[in-house]
Amino acid sequence: MSSGIGSGADGHPGSATGTPTRAADPRATGAGPRPADAPAFPAEEGGQRRLYWAVADCLTIVGRDLTHLLRQPSLILWQLGFPIVSVLLYVYVFGSAMNVGGGADYKDYVMPGMFAMTMAFGFMNTAMSVVVEKDRGVTDRFRSMPMARSAVVTGRGVSDVLHAAIDLAVMAVIALIVGWRSDGGVGATLYAFALLLLLRFSLIWIGVWLGLLVPNQEAAGNLFAIAFPFGTISSVFTPPSLMPDWLGTIATWNPVSATANEIRDLYGNPVPSGGSWIEDHAATMAVVWPLLITAVFLPLAVRRYQALNR
Amino acid sequence: MATASSEYSVLAEGLRKRYGDKQAVDGLDLAVRRGTVCGLLGPNGAGKTTSVRILSTLVRADGGQARVGGFDVRSEPEKVRRRIGLTGQRAAVDEVLTARQNLRMFGRLFHLGRGTARRRAEELLEQFSLQEAADKQVKGFSGGMRRRLDLAASMILAPEVLFLDEPTTGLDPRGRSEVWDAVRALATQGTTVLLTTHYLDEADRLSDRIAVIDRGRTVTEDTPAGLKRAVGGDRIEVVVADHADLPLAREAVARVAGGVAPETDEEDCRVHAPVREGVAALTEVARALQEAGASVLDLGLRRPTLDEVFLRLTGQGAQGPEGAAAPAPGRARGAAGDGAESTAGHAVGHTAGNAAGNTAGNTAGRARAGSAGDTAGDGTGNTVEDSVEVSGK
Repeated sequence: MSSGIGSGADGHPGSATGTPTRAADPRATGAGPRPADAPAFPAEEGGQRRLYWAVADCLTIVGRDLTHLLRQPSLILWQLGFPIVSVLLYVYVFGSAMNVGGGADYKDYVMPGMFAMTMAFGFMNTAMSVVVEKDRGVTDRFRSMPMARSAVVTGRGVSDVLHAAIDLAVMAVIALIVGWRSDGGVGATLYAFALLLLLRFSLIWIGVWLGLLVPNQEAAGNLFAIAFPFGTISSVFTPPSLMPDWLGTIATWNPVSATANEIRDLYGNPVPSGGSWIEDHAATMAVVWPLLITAVFLPLAVRRYQALNR
Repeated sequence: MATASSEYSVLAEGLRKRYGDKQAVDGLDLAVRRGTVCGLLGPNGAGKTTSVRILSTLVRADGGQARVGGFDVRSEPEKVRRRIGLTGQRAAVDEVLTARQNLRMFGRLFHLGRGTARRRAEELLEQFSLQEAADKQVKGFSGGMRRRLDLAASMILAPEVLFLDEPTTGLDPRGRSEVWDAVRALATQGTTVLLTTHYLDEADRLSDRIAVIDRGRTVTEDTPAGLKRAVGGDRIEVVVADHADLPLAREAVARVAGGVAPETDEEDCRVHAPVREGVAALTEVARALQEAGASVLDLGLRRPTLDEVFLRLTGQGAQGPEGAAAPAPGRARGAAGDGAESTAGHAVGHTAGNAAGNTAGNTAGRARAGSAGDTAGDGTGNTVEDSVEVSGK
């Protein structure tokens, strides 16, 4: 399509077909399209309208997802079930037996870990949403519509980050209740939460990719077999330096550990370090890991989405 | 640009699509006239869904061409998308949102302005009789309501072409008739509908024309009545109470059968033969039997069902109706002989028998007419199972 107004004739279904029987046509009641509706059908025209609708469609999807949350707030609690039980278990049941070294209070060590673990498990939510939409035919419906194709993915991304922010807020309140405090400044504390969201953001692409990869919802449930070690074989519960060497090495190189250690530092919580390179560079790696994950899995997710054409 | 679209809303030529080593669509041709309902009929795995997915721009064909609403699905998918609605096998509506919220959301995603989307949602709620449930969450909806909402969402832009992929699969009879009413109403308003189904009665009721597809290509394409005619016209059937009356019945039927010898099932006391003027023949046979004093258990006209068309056309490969008929007797006999693969073979045998005398292929098929008649006598509900039963005898 060349550009601008010239494309209006064929760019406008109402005028192209002009079937008089279609009285219900929102664009063509009576003699012709209502002027007020004219800007509603710009997608075949200039790039600016395209961008406008890419954003608008994304927001429509986000609005839908937020409505889901409002309609069923218990969803958040269900999804936080494991982290919440973990908090109770590790702070109150195992807490007294835990010694992470340096005489640190275990709850101060474990709470930031819980935050990071919650983010790590988050890709399950993404994958599940993607599978459910694919299973129910919603993805196909979207793909058969003139909406911006990017909006399915960007909408998912924005929703999931918002959802993660709510998750974090709930977790932070629980942490405050059990007695955890951030001793870092306001800026450092906010930066820590931002790093957590950055980790979650990068995992969206793994979630989308996996969600498009697995055949159905049952299979998506099995993804927990990936999520669980990914979240727990890390510095979340115990310092990797206390683990057997081989496991400790895996745990320190787990992206979740970098984020967990860096936010501990930012909150002024204890950060026991085994002195390895990766642990010494937690501040950098807490940013590098998510960017790396995004760089790898965003294209994979997009390619997988495009492969639905095949 | 929109030249071909003036007459045909859907035009496909030689569509091909391969998945792995399975040729899902293998040179499919299809032409759907604007404003008509076309039923795409075929067994599972015939390529119906893949064809719809290609035509609705969800999947790219490996080969062939298709224009929908006047635009090429491959090179101008966005234009096609603005002219189509798609209702897939599952109701793709949001479970958590209400009906109204769903329609507004889809309206926005179809790029209507906020106010227009809102107005359009109200119109559609009314059109699909969903006002009462408008503010209820979809998860509480019945299957039929869900489908109607699904249809409403497909109709937001009042599309030129509506694709319905097995729209009533999994619905109870009430839900099915709700959906049928909705589809008929849309067709009346001028929407072109391409409908896939494996329910023959559904295709029969809704379609102006039916394309029977099998193994990824169009086997035949005709009106429902035309398809039935191709298999054979009406048959008159008499069932008498007593064997002694069989000759009387045979005589009465022979008189209206126009030279074709009636077939007789001794066991069931049944006589049947093809007729032209069904109702006149019925009256005449009734009178003749009454005058002769025969005690008649049942007397009726039997029309071929689409099941028979379907089985005949798809049970024997996809060379088109005429070429397909020729090899039928051979396969039918084979099935009769060893009892294996009875479904396909017998289906062919039995329909060929019913259509005795209609085409060259069918004449050869009369070798099987005797046992095929058993099935024919069962009345309208002939299915694959019936044929299998016959093979057991």
